Formats: sequence, structure tokens, C-alpha cells
Amino acid sequence: MSQLEIKNLNVSVAGNHILKNFSLTVPKGEVHAIMGPNGTGKSTLAKALAGHEDYEIASGEVLLDGQSIVGEEPDAISRAGLFLAFQYPSEIQGVSIANFIRAALNARLDEGEKLNAPAFYKELYEKMDSLKIPRTFTSRSVNDGFSGGEKKRCEILQMAMLKPSYAIMDETDSGLDIDALQIVAEGVNAMRGPDLGMLVITHYQRLLNYIVPDKVHVMYDGQIVKTGGPELAHELEAKGYDWVKELAPVAT
Amino acid sequence: MATTPDLNIDRDSGNFRYDTTYEFDAGVGLNEQTIDYICDVKGEDDWVRDFRKRALEVFWKKPNPTHWASKQLDEIDFDKIRYYLSKGQRPTRSWDEVPPEVKETFERLGIPEKERAYLAGVEAQFDSEASYSNMKEELSKQGVIFVGSTEGLKEHPEIFRKWFGKVIPIGDNKYSALNSAVFSGGSFIYVPPGVKLKQPLQAYFRINAENFGQFERTLIIADEGAELTYMEGCTAPKFETNTLHSAVVELVALKGAKIQYITVQNWSSNVFNLVTKRGLAMEDAEVKWIDCNIGSKLTMKYPGVVMRGEGARGEVVSIALAHDGQHQDTGAKMVHAANNTASNIVSKSISIGQGRSTYRGVVSMPKHLKNCKNNTECDALLINTNSRTDTYPAITVRGQNNTTQHEASVSKVSAEQIFYMMQRGLSEGEAMSLAVNGFVNDLIREFPMEYSVELKRLIDLEMEGSVG
Repeated sequence: MSQLEIKNLNVSVAGNHILKNFSLTVPKGEVHAIMGPNGTGKSTLAKALAGHEDYEIASGEVLLDGQSIVGEEPDAISRAGLFLAFQYPSEIQGVSIANFIRAALNARLDEGEKLNAPAFYKELYEKMDSLKIPRTFTSRSVNDGFSGGEKKRCEILQMAMLKPSYAIMDETDSGLDIDALQIVAEGVNAMRGPDLGMLVITHYQRLLNYIVPDKVHVMYDGQIVKTGGPELAHELEAKGYDWVKELAPVAT
Repeated sequence: MATTPDLNIDRDSGNFRYDTTYEFDAGVGLNEQTIDYICDVKGEDDWVRDFRKRALEVFWKKPNPTHWASKQLDEIDFDKIRYYLSKGQRPTRSWDEVPPEVKETFERLGIPEKERAYLAGVEAQFDSEASYSNMKEELSKQGVIFVGSTEGLKEHPEIFRKWFGKVIPIGDNKYSALNSAVFSGGSFIYVPPGVKLKQPLQAYFRINAENFGQFERTLIIADEGAELTYMEGCTAPKFETNTLHSAVVELVALKGAKIQYITVQNWSSNVFNLVTKRGLAMEDAEVKWIDCNIGSKLTMKYPGVVMRGEGARGEVVSIALAHDGQHQDTGAKMVHAANNTASNIVSKSISIGQGRSTYRGVVSMPKHLKNCKNNTECDALLINTNSRTDTYPAITVRGQNNTTQHEASVSKVSAEQIFYMMQRGLSEGEAMSLAVNGFVNDLIREFPMEYSVELKRLIDLEMEGSVG
């Protein structure tokens, strides 16, 4: 049961039906990419899975290692093992990165358990070094005044420290230059392994040169219309998204 | 409060004379007889009696300032208030009658057992007899005077009479007049030239039951080059049947002196807390007010500094938290009265539920002055859609090379921020607390450590109540 299973999910936001009988399975150990034109429901998928209250799940199932997470609170879903790397990470003034990550880790501990501070900082610094985030950032407020690249690297830092079972990366490459992209990709690749299932949502194929997926799914109008290997991404790059529209089932 | 009670000092016990043959009880309501009663009981000199009576006249003449202040002031029924409480008159209740939320707060803030009974109104007084004598000795060695208002005026008029009622005159406002008529308790402090006190002086616990903080009168004089920090109040909620608290605090910092005055106010939600606080800063002197208002039904408090000497500095750091049914009406008054003076105001308020926060700031730099600077930052955080915040800055800058800077912001803890934090595994309550603590973080660090730890816990507690 080591997989993230999404079965016939229907999701609406502000009265608009966005995800239509959406189905997808991401096993641990694999990286799946979702590509598609804008407005097709990619971010909706990410937010709905994470339990955002604005996204109404009308029907369908989402099973994380066999456990249903539909209707659960975002923090419960997080503690069940789901991580979302946001497209637009929030700024939280007055809360330092170190304290934020520490609070998140403490939230996962049992009553009475405490975090080992020296071990925490050792790991934090190691991961910051590998993501080329200056150590001085530990005392900076989360995302406050950060550049796009810094925000995305901060997302990957949090992911590395929280060690989720499943990670959704929502357009992590948007707004990144080549150098930042490479750093982010290295960080993500370093986490790949049999205990992690990843869903990489992206508009452009470029990221997938660095984070090579096991499978590529193309989304259109709230559903997956085609699945293939990494070469599918190249095909999209070459042909554009219009080609995909013809594959979509006729709207009912 | 766990670590500081040992520094407490009782000032009136032993000096206080209560004539038991006196049958007249001050009772409720306010008239000349109430004043006479208070003066007789305290054995005050004639000039103090006259001062009080003059103040009473002014108090009756002035109307409630409801043309700009909250109309809630009209709810105060002056005839029903007890203006002077003596030992044994303080109402007490049994531990069973103490509301469970209060008990829980004590638990969560880590208030020591022996303090809880006093705070909860179960015991009439808190006995800190054993702890104060060391401090008293230390201070007297340095020539420091630390007594109550009665003793201050009686035993040391040559020091205190000079400034008493000069920083805040009787007629300043209706409530300074009231205080001037019926004041009791409070701290009168004098620090000799060059003496820099390392330990903060504490007002909190008192043996004498007359000091319920109702109409406290405090006067602190720091002579040339002297330095002190004074702390009053506590984070724990206090049982109060008295609905009107009207204190007056006068500070005088002579040349090169520094006074830092820290207040944490958490009166119960039936209290009107109307306070007049002002400091005079002479040449190169500094007066700094660090203020935290969490309790009461309505607090009106605008700590001020009059910078009278060149190079003087005034500062106000203020945190206010307004929950359902509360109105924190706070701010600052900076009056520049000499060249090269600087003032700084940082005010952060949080409005939760139906709570209301108001900021009123006065900054005045008249045209004959030069090279004066003011910096004001007032930030408001609204937690729920019903919360309310208002800002009324009144800034007058004239003259040459005078600058002022005013920044104000209103923000909400956004749903997106909360979702982001929850996605990392924090519950909604934990996320809110983190955001709110982040908002006031840099100001909380201005408070001494014992307070800042308790303040953070208190804010967490208040936030819990606001979520879900």
C-alpha cells in the first residue's frame, strides 16, 4: 500500500467544476510529472490534495498509503506524510526559518517528546549548505523579502527537513533562472528514493531535464488525457499544447 | 512573575496607622467627607488635604471627554464606587468560586501556588514580608528612597513636593483630577545622582491591602546621571470587583538620567483602566515607557514624554491585545520642548474577535525648535473580520530641520498564511499563535525575560480562544 492513490476525484472551486473524475496513482520511489496548459487544474489538484478549504471535493477518493485523506484538515494531511512545495510561498513576518521548521517538526512529535537542538541545527545547516542558502538565513523571517529563487529553495529546505512520504511540487520552476533551477533539482534528486513518491507539476519541460520523471501525465480540462515516459515531455515541447486538446474527451 | 517576587518591597506596612476608633467608613460615593476620611486615616499634612480638595472641584467640573473618547465612559457610575479600601475591606471569595478559565490561566502561565490565592481574590493580601528586607537594605545603602505615596509626601516632602502634581497637573484631564483627589498607594522613588540601579524595582506585590491599584499615584525622580528600571503589573489575570482604576504616574529624569518604566496590564474584563502617565526628560536625559495592555474592558492610556532639555530622548513601546468586549485605546504623546531632541514610538496592536484597538498619537515640534526628530510606527493586526482598529495621529511639525516619520500598517493574518503553516503540520491554533507572536516578536524582546516568556504564553492562550 505504498502509494498515493487518487480515484475519480471531482473538485470545484468558487462553484466551478475544475477536476473531473481525475485519477492517478503515484507509488513510493517514483517521480511523476504533470504537465498541461494554464487553467487546466494543475494547481487545483495540488491545493485540493493538501486540504485547502476553498477547494471542494465533491466526490472521489484520495488514499495515502491506504489511508483516506479527503475531508481531513491540512495539518493532519501533512502529518500523514504529504508535503506541498508551493508555487507562491507565503511570507511570515517575525517567524524565523529555524523556528518555523522547528515548530513543524515539534508538531509531529508525541506528547512529551522534544527535539534534539544540536542535531536539529546540524542537519539544518547541512541542508542549507547543499541548497546554497546562506546560514544567516536561519534567523530571517520565512520568505520575507526573499527573491523567487530563494523562496523556492526555502521550500526544498523545508521538504528536506520534514522528510515527507509524498511530495507535490507545484510549478517549482516558475520564476527560476538556470542556476537556481539546477540547485533546486539537485536538492530534489538528493531526496529521491524508495520512501518518497513525488508529483512534479510543471508547465515547461525544462525542469524535467534535471528531475527526470518515471512517468509523464498530460492534463487537460481537469483530467489526464495522456500518459507516457519522459519522451512525452519532449513531444509536448515540440508540438505545444494544442495537440493535446484533441485528445480530451468531449465535454458533457 | 515566578522569579521576581523576591525583589518585592512593602512600603507602607508598619508606617500605616489605622485609627480603629474612627467609625465613619468612606463607603461608596465621592464627596468632601471622603477626602477628609482619607486624609485623617493617613495623617496627611494640610497641603495634601488642600491639593485633594482642589482636585475634587476640578473633577466635578470636567465632563467625560466622550466627544473624542469612547462613550462607554458614561457607563461609569461615580456614586457607586468605593474610593478608598482599607485592610480587611477587600472582598474575598472561596477557591470554588474562582472561574475555571482563571485557574487554567494560572496553570498555563506557571504562576506559583502561593500567588494564585491572592490574584484570584481568595486571599485579601499577599505576604512578601520575608523577601523584601534584603532589597530594602541594598537600596538604602545607595541612598535610594522607595516608599508609598503616603510616606513619600509625609517623610520626604523636600524631595517629592517639588515635582508632585507638576508633571501632570490636577486639571490635565478628568481622571488625573480624580486621582489627585483620592490617590492612595503607588510608589514614590528617588535615586541620587550617579546611582545606576542594576536590578529593576518592582511594584507588584504589596502587603498592605489598601493598594489594589485603584487610584495609585507614582512619582519617580532620577537625579542627574541616575538610572533605573521600574516594573509594574503582571501577566496573570487579577480578581477585581472595583470597576474603576485611574492611576497617575509622573517621572522626572534630571540631566543625563535614564528612567525605563515597564507595565504589563491584565485587569479583569469589568475594569475601566484610565491612566495618565508622563515623563519629563531634561538635558541629555531619557524616559522610556514599555507598555503592554492585555486586560480590562476599556483602557485609555497615552504615555508621554516632554523633552525639556537639549539632547533629551523620549520613547514609547506599546503592545495591545483586544479581545471580545475589550477596547484598548492607547497611544503616545511626544512633546518636543528643546532643540536636538528625539522621540520614538512603536505601537503594535492586535484585535481579536469583536475586540477594538485604537492608536492616538501626538507629536509636537513647535517652530522655534530645530534639529528635532520623531519616528512613529504603528501597526495593527486584525485576526477576525469583526475586529476593529483605528488610528488617529496628530502630528505638528514646525521650525527648522525638524523631521518626523510616520508609518502605519493594518494587516490581517491571511487565510493563505494559515494554510501554508498548516500544510507544514501546525494546527490552526498553532499557526495563528506563530503569526501573532511573529507580529509582536521584536517588541516582546524589549521586556525583561520573565515578562517576555509569560507574555508569549499569554498571547498563545488568547489566540486559542479566538480560533474555531
